[in-house]
Amino acid sequence: MSWLSPVIVASLIAMLQALVILLVAVLLGAVMTVVERRLLGLWQDRYGPNRVGPFGSLQLIADMIKIFFKEDWIPPFADRTLFVLAPAIAMASLLLSFMIIPITPDWGVADLNIGLLFFFAMAGINVYAVLFGGWSSGNKYALIGAMRASAQTLSYEVFMGLALMGVVAMTGSFNMRDIVNAQQGLWFVIPQFFGFCTFLIAGIAVTHRHPFDQPEAEQELADGYHIEYSSMKFGMFFIGEYVGMVLVSALIVTLFFGGWHGPLLPPVVWFALKVAAFLVLFVLLRAALPRPRYDRVMSFGWKFCLPLTLINLLVTGAVILIADPM
Amino acid sequence: MEIAFYLSGLIAVLATLGVITNTNPVHALLYLIVSLISVALVFFALGAPFAGALEVIVYAGAIMVLFVFVVMMLNLGDQGAAQERAWLKPRIWLGPSLLAAVLLVTLIATLWSGDAGRMVDGEILTAKAVGTLLFGPWLMVVELGAMLLLAALVTASHVGRTIPPDKPRINAESGARKEVS
Repeated sequence: MSWLSPVIVASLIAMLQALVILLVAVLLGAVMTVVERRLLGLWQDRYGPNRVGPFGSLQLIADMIKIFFKEDWIPPFADRTLFVLAPAIAMASLLLSFMIIPITPDWGVADLNIGLLFFFAMAGINVYAVLFGGWSSGNKYALIGAMRASAQTLSYEVFMGLALMGVVAMTGSFNMRDIVNAQQGLWFVIPQFFGFCTFLIAGIAVTHRHPFDQPEAEQELADGYHIEYSSMKFGMFFIGEYVGMVLVSALIVTLFFGGWHGPLLPPVVWFALKVAAFLVLFVLLRAALPRPRYDRVMSFGWKFCLPLTLINLLVTGAVILIADPM
Repeated sequence: MEIAFYLSGLIAVLATLGVITNTNPVHALLYLIVSLISVALVFFALGAPFAGALEVIVYAGAIMVLFVFVVMMLNLGDQGAAQERAWLKPRIWLGPSLLAAVLLVTLIATLWSGDAGRMVDGEILTAKAVGTLLFGPWLMVVELGAMLLLAALVTASHVGRTIPPDKPRINAESGARKEVS
């Protein structure tokens, strides 16, 4: 067994970890589609899908079989290259962002020193999925959806970055592991409460979830940018949205709720519990809130959230300087 | 890192050629995005991950979104492609490419005489180092840039303002105030 040197073993373990994280992220995204429908049923006082398997637990498999065997249709008026590329961007950019999330002290894919910036970069790339998907479909509803998505992204990406700069300033690093370790005593949700609130809003906007789902509003746009998609191409947009939900929940937990820190239970359990709590919050928001008008969403972003994050950053910087004058 | 540097440099050059020669404006923009991302990878390979990440966030993630947005709204279609093809005649591109070739020769000659290997394996610049540089020796430039951006912001909001009506318009039938936005 001479080829089994420590370096090779270490890299094999790292690869296995990355693979497990990838699979768990995708599966969790898929499972969330069913969990969301059950939870919505519970809160809206109806049953939800409960026919397939015990308590509707096999609904996911039924959905999967259906979506895989649908005809994969590309409209003749569509721009083929971009039409095929868009769902791949949607899925890949979000899945790549899982790379930076540290799950436990020794689980995680990459330990980048620009960690958080990598997420911003991927969130920036993710916009093109919606833009290209909407434009290449050659459909006016899809185009309106894409237009809304890009306008919404421009108004939310700016303060999403600023909302997290408070955390970065307190830690003194973009590295996610450093950020988690800095929260050993006090979770950042308390000193950075406004940063947390604004990042939660921006995170919902990034995933195009309710109440920021104007790009795909069913009632007015008949599903917006992915209206022409069918089969697994639609599936990738659909699962991508839930993967984005998981990603934003994991980011919130890592940045504001101490990551794996917690008493008694092992780190991975704490991480999973916190992420699950935020996933449920996402669903609850969808169940509880109506969809605001499109221009109000944008003016809320620019006129309320952006000044709030700027003031938050200013105060954070002042407190850091007062507490520790160099 | 050297392989990554040369590979992403090659992709950047090829993608930029794609931007110039492609007749479909949206496809050309897609090439431009690829080109920007590969330039970001060149930064990573040079040991400046902060600059690389900012390149993707600012250029690929924000500015190009605006470009794509505008081109999509214009919806040029076949007419635009025909126009592009007309512009790609040798008579038009020969002169500029000759001048650019002279620049390329100068650049290659400069690189040839210098020590290129040292540049590829630079030390890693952290965000902190960049910040210290920006707010230390380069503070004046940063402030001037900020002033320029502020002036641009004020101008844009002045040009794009909507003129408020002198008095709230009353809808004659219902007596309710009419939505102006």
